[in-house]
Amino acid sequence: MDVKQQTAKSDFPGQIHETPGGGIVLSKLDDVINWARSNSLWPLTFATSCCGIEYMAVAGAKYDFSRFGFEVARATPRQADVIIIAGTIVNKMAPVLKRLYDQMADPKYVIAMGACAISGGPFFYNTYSVVKGADHVIPVDVYVAGCPPRPEALLHALIKLQEKIKSGLTREQIRKDKE
Amino acid sequence: MSNEELKVKITELLPAATFEEGGEWLTTNIEPKDWLPLAQQLRNDDSLYFDYLFCLTCIDWKTHLTMVYHLSSTKYRHNIVIKSKLDRSNPEIETVSHIWRTAEFHEREVYEMFGVNFLNHPDLRLLILPDGWEGKNPLRKDFEDPINMIKL
Repeated sequence: MDVKQQTAKSDFPGQIHETPGGGIVLSKLDDVINWARSNSLWPLTFATSCCGIEYMAVAGAKYDFSRFGFEVARATPRQADVIIIAGTIVNKMAPVLKRLYDQMADPKYVIAMGACAISGGPFFYNTYSVVKGADHVIPVDVYVAGCPPRPEALLHALIKLQEKIKSGLTREQIRKDKE
Repeated sequence: MSNEELKVKITELLPAATFEEGGEWLTTNIEPKDWLPLAQQLRNDDSLYFDYLFCLTCIDWKTHLTMVYHLSSTKYRHNIVIKSKLDRSNPEIETVSHIWRTAEFHEREVYEMFGVNFLNHPDLRLLILPDGWEGKNPLRKDFEDPINMIKL
């Protein structure tokens, strides 16, 4: 019980002042929202090649991304917060990926998993069908190197994404500030 | 039929055919013009009965193209490979899609990837490649990626 309280205190973005009979919380609303968002990121069920197998391993019992708040993969983009591009994106898949991304509700995040999603990977040179990096199609928040990346690497990327969300503004907020 | 018996039978049907051995299956080299009559005999002859075309593909050798047909008989369980050299600048061969229906889309794939023109094919158009791709054949050895070509 003690341990649980301590992590809750250190994790929460703000100060907690203990007073007799209760307490006072001091924080910024944006920080609290980002903190809440980062701890409940549901990924989209989306995999286009062998990285998808590692992705499934991460979703499975042994690595289990539910422990970090990636509770369950949703099969519809309307219920998903993060899209993990696990695999090669070919020219014919690109419009589908764009459409899925457009259908997701804001705020939405993107992880490019593996060499294919980052740059086209082993299909970079002289191919007629592969998109050379998923960031030609949709904006990417976190890149994970590997072919395919280890499950630990993907977990690391997921935690990095949480840190990114906790540390500041969403992509949409940054864009609004620039205008 | 064993490979030896097949060889004798094919030589009867088409004396011009030459054979390669050493593989699991008998490989028969023929001229493109002999392909259609031979295909009909392979399918219809009661002792051959090749009713299953299980692979149809093409190879680019830079000097010429080679069409490769793998045939099997579900009745006698014997297999044969037919190869035919095509002219690389004007590759043409008769379609066999009316003999083995599966050839219809396999030939469309070879058409889009290698640019082989299948004569009398009922519906020769692109299979998977996007519209407007005609003329660029991605599996030809001299195909160059317009975006990230690296020459060694």
